[in-house]
Order: sequence, then structure tokens, then C-alpha cells
Amino acid sequence: MTDTKTAPAAPARLAVRRTVTARRKKSAIGKQAWVYGLLVLAGAATILPFVWMLLGSFKTQGELLRRPVTWWPQDPTLDNYVRWFSELHIDTFFMNSIIVAVVTVLGNLLFCSMVGYALAKMDFAGKKILFLLVMVTLMVPGVVTFVPLFVMVSKLGLVNTYPALILPFLVSPLGVFLMRQFMMGIPDSLIEAARIDGAGELRTFTRIVMPLCGPPLATLGILTFLGSWNNFLWPLVAAQSEDKYTLPVALSLFSTGESATDYGLLLAGSVLVIAPIVALFIALQRFFIQGVAATGIK
Amino acid sequence: MATTTATGQTGRTPSAGLPRTPGHRSPAARRRRKTLVAWMFALPFVLIFGLFMLMPLVSSFVMSFTDFTSKDVRNPFAVGFVGLDQFAELFGNQQFLRSMLNTGYFVVVGIPLTMAAGLALAVALNNGITRFRSAFRVGFYTPVVTSIVAIAVVWRFILQPDGLLNLVLGWVGIAGPDWLNSTEWSMPAMILMAVWRNMGTLMIIFLAGLQNVSTEVLEAAQVDGANAWQRFVQVTLPILRPTLLLGAVLLSVGFLQFFEEPFVMTKGGPLDSTLSVSYFTFNQFGFGKYGLASAASYVLFIAIALLSLIQFRTLRSKD
Repeated sequence: MTDTKTAPAAPARLAVRRTVTARRKKSAIGKQAWVYGLLVLAGAATILPFVWMLLGSFKTQGELLRRPVTWWPQDPTLDNYVRWFSELHIDTFFMNSIIVAVVTVLGNLLFCSMVGYALAKMDFAGKKILFLLVMVTLMVPGVVTFVPLFVMVSKLGLVNTYPALILPFLVSPLGVFLMRQFMMGIPDSLIEAARIDGAGELRTFTRIVMPLCGPPLATLGILTFLGSWNNFLWPLVAAQSEDKYTLPVALSLFSTGESATDYGLLLAGSVLVIAPIVALFIALQRFFIQGVAATGIK
Repeated sequence: MATTTATGQTGRTPSAGLPRTPGHRSPAARRRRKTLVAWMFALPFVLIFGLFMLMPLVSSFVMSFTDFTSKDVRNPFAVGFVGLDQFAELFGNQQFLRSMLNTGYFVVVGIPLTMAAGLALAVALNNGITRFRSAFRVGFYTPVVTSIVAIAVVWRFILQPDGLLNLVLGWVGIAGPDWLNSTEWSMPAMILMAVWRNMGTLMIIFLAGLQNVSTEVLEAAQVDGANAWQRFVQVTLPILRPTLLLGAVLLSVGFLQFFEEPFVMTKGGPLDSTLSVSYFTFNQFGFGKYGLASAASYVLFIAIALLSLIQFRTLRSKD
């Protein structure tokens, strides 16, 4: 990041630099065309499946079976979408996905900030062990914990309930790490000042620290929402009747079950699962991309 | 658990006799109070994390040495310890060995391809492109935010023998196979989809890394007569090393767990050719063999930890 512009910019060096830039400009136009060509090709390959999905969701079953495949719907119909709402209760799945995602996000924002604050700005016995546990579990895959988790949830009588879908994701080591890293950067003097003014830890946390934490909270909120919305393995295990299915679970079970060849229905279902998150992404793209950079470039 | 640790470690000589008025606390008492306050802040996290993360993590490990089945859920402490029997059964199970092979294939071929694609996109976008730069970025990143299940449903149609992919391949004179019904091509099809879905993540990470490559160094190399390719290999790539490492680790953790794609697209078939370790674990869970499922998941966990370690070692060592 620190491109240190070295001071001894001798005139001779500047001259060399100028010729280099000139040579660069000449070849730049040819190179740019080449680069744009590559990008457009890759871009088309990236977007085409989505376009095909969207167009296909308005086609009839007959047209989807017809060969060669068509691009534009010959006989556009909303039937596939209507059936999701009238026969398959997508509104229930949608609400389930929203409830689970919103509660999960709120839990992560609150609880991860609280530990993050303790880890970043307080000195206490057991701090090192706590932080070590967070770091060690940062990469534990869900497939390792889901079997005992299911046994436990069964013992607690929580199978097929919202708490079962939400509780295992209500906090995350990654969230703690993100919040801690950001809060480490808040000057101690600010917190000392609040303490001298007589503010307790709770007050310092809610009035001084949290208002400064907008950026990491946005990142954490978006990452958590995304993870929850697309989460699959655990909801597949924990939700056992249609009234608790989340969108991906419902779509996967319809797509591998009785509706496996109902192409129009499945394409419309995919659009309904993908559309909200893509809309959110386009509206908040800056934060999404910051989020990747934040978790990546630690 | 929280408070015991706290008091246990601060159990220094309590300054007895001093009046406990605020402002006149002894250092030890003040420290104890600080610890208590800190653990109060940590309490919700510690409870949920302990119950739903640490406990299952440890239980899974313990269960892999037992004959735990779905029948034992009512009385989990009555199960018998069987030592390494589950692991022995696992490594004698053709299906499990096949699933390890498949997962290895997916990782070994998929990760370099995804990294190459992500790097190519990042370098292209970093090359003085000004027009549509953010549009391209958003476009390439879109597959990343979408649900794998929904994507897999769509790709199942795209990969049909007379589907969209083979139509496009036909334009350039290639007769595409029946991707998902061929033991040979089902895995390449999954890898293709994985590259398509994940290259956006790496593109963003690599774009950030490319900001560390100063134009001055590149210009100096150019003055020394290095061509574009030499500059890329000998200047850009070495500077990018930590970023490449990070991308590889992040990606391999995800790739090693692949599950949704075969679950939706092939059910692990044809002839187990797309059965992954995660999918195997899920199936054993479905059969009620919880001990075996736990053992399989721990094998995967160890593979993930090892691979991350190896990648850190190899990519760091040359510094």
C-alpha cells in the first residue's frame, strides 16, 4: 500500500520515465482492446446463465422441452410464478428465510460486538484463551458439527423449530474477529476520556464505541445475511416439515423430488431465491466488496 | 464456566479489611471487577458459542470413537466405545475412498483453475480499464452472492445433453457430452460450475492485492527490458504471494466441503462419481450411523486443517 515516492528524482530518471510512458500510451490502445475483449467474453459467460434462467422462468413446459433450446419466450407466461404462490406456499419459505436471517444478523451484530469490545479494550483473566478459541474455530466447517448438533437439538426437543434454525448461527467467530480488529483501532484515549467522565463500561460501549463501528457492523451484517440466506446443510437437517423450510431447502427438495422435471417451476423458484439477494447486492455492492476485502486482507 | 475461570485466575490475596467504597478499591479487587465486567460482555457469546459450536465439535470427536446410531439419541451415554473401529470401517469402505478421491479431484483441479480465472480477471481490470470497470466487477461478483442450490438447479438444465452449454460449444464445433450422466464428465461439469461461481471472490481479493504492486517497480523492470509477461511473472506474482496464499486457503476450505452441487445435480452419481466426503457424511447421518458420520467429518476436518497448513508453508517458505 505504501508506494513510497522516493525523493531523489534525478532529472535523468524522469526523462526515462517520460519515454516509457509515451511508449506505453502507443501500445495502450491495442492492449485495451484485447483486455476489453477478454472481459466482455468472460462477462457474457458469467451473466448468460442468469439471463437464461430469467427468460426460462417465463416459458411453458412445452417450450422448455423443445429442441433446439430457445432464448426468448415464444409464449410468455407467469404461470410458473403463480404456482409457487398458490400451490407451493413460497410465501411461507420466504418468511422463514427472512425470520432466520434477520434474527441471525441482529444476534451477530450485538453479541459479536460485545465480545469484540471486551477482547479489544479490556484487560481480563481468560482473555487469551477466549481469543485463541475464537481463532481456532474460525474455519470449522458445518459438516463437522451437524451430527452432534442434531442429537442435541433433538434432546432439547427443538427439531423443526425456529430456535433450531437460528441458535447455531447466532454468533460467529468471524464476527468476533472482525469487530475486535476494528475496535483495536479506536484510540484508547477516547475510551479513557469517557471513563474519566464517569461513564461505566456499558455506557462507554453503547455511546462511544458502537457509534464508531458503522463500517465493520455493515460488513458483518451483510456477510451474516448472505450466509444465512444461502445456508443449506443445517436447515436441510433441522427443518423437517414444509412450514419450517427455508427457500434453499424448499427449492432443493422440490428439485430432487416430485417436481424434478418441472423445469419452468424450478427456474422460477431459482429466480425467487436469487433475486432478493442480487437486488440487495446491487444496492449495497460497496459494502459487499468491502466485506470480502475485510475478511480477506486481515 | 466463565466466572470460575475468572475468579480462579485472579485469586490473588484478597485485600481484606479495606472498606469497599468505590475509588478506594484495592488493585486486586479492581482487577477482579474488571474481569467480571469483561466476562459479562462476553457471556451471550460464550454461552451460545460453547453450546452450539464447541460442544458439538468435541462431541463429534468423541462420537467418532463410539458406535453411536440414531437409536442412541434417547440415551447418549449408553453407547459403547469402539476405539478406531469407525475409522477402520471408513478406510475399508469403497464408497468413502471414492468420495475422498472425488473431493481431491475437485480441489486439485478446481482451485488452480479458479485462481487462474480470478487472477486473469483482476489483472485485466487493473490494467488501466476505466470504462465499465465497476460494472464488470459487479457482474463477475454476482454468482458469488447467489445460493448454490438455486445455481445448481439452473446448471442442471444448462448441462443437459442438448442444453445451453452444448449449444454454445456447438457454435465452435465441439460436440459436448451428456455432462451429468457420464462418470467421466460429471466431475468436470461440477468444477466448471465452481470456477464460474467462485472466481469473483478471488478477483476481489487479488484486485486488492494488486494495489501493492507499485507502478514504479514495474516501470523499472520495463526500463531494464522486461516484457509484459516477464514483468508479470517476476515482479507482480512475487509481490502478490501473500494474497495468492490467502485466496488459496479461503477457497480450499470451501471446496473441500462441497455438497450442494452433487446433492441437487447428480445425487452423487452416476456410480458415485460425484459423491463428496460431505455428501458421504450426510448419507451416513441419514442411515442413522452417527458414529461413522462423525468419523468421516473429522477426516475432512483434518484434511482442511492440513491443507491450510501446507499452503501456508509452501507459499510462505520462499520469502
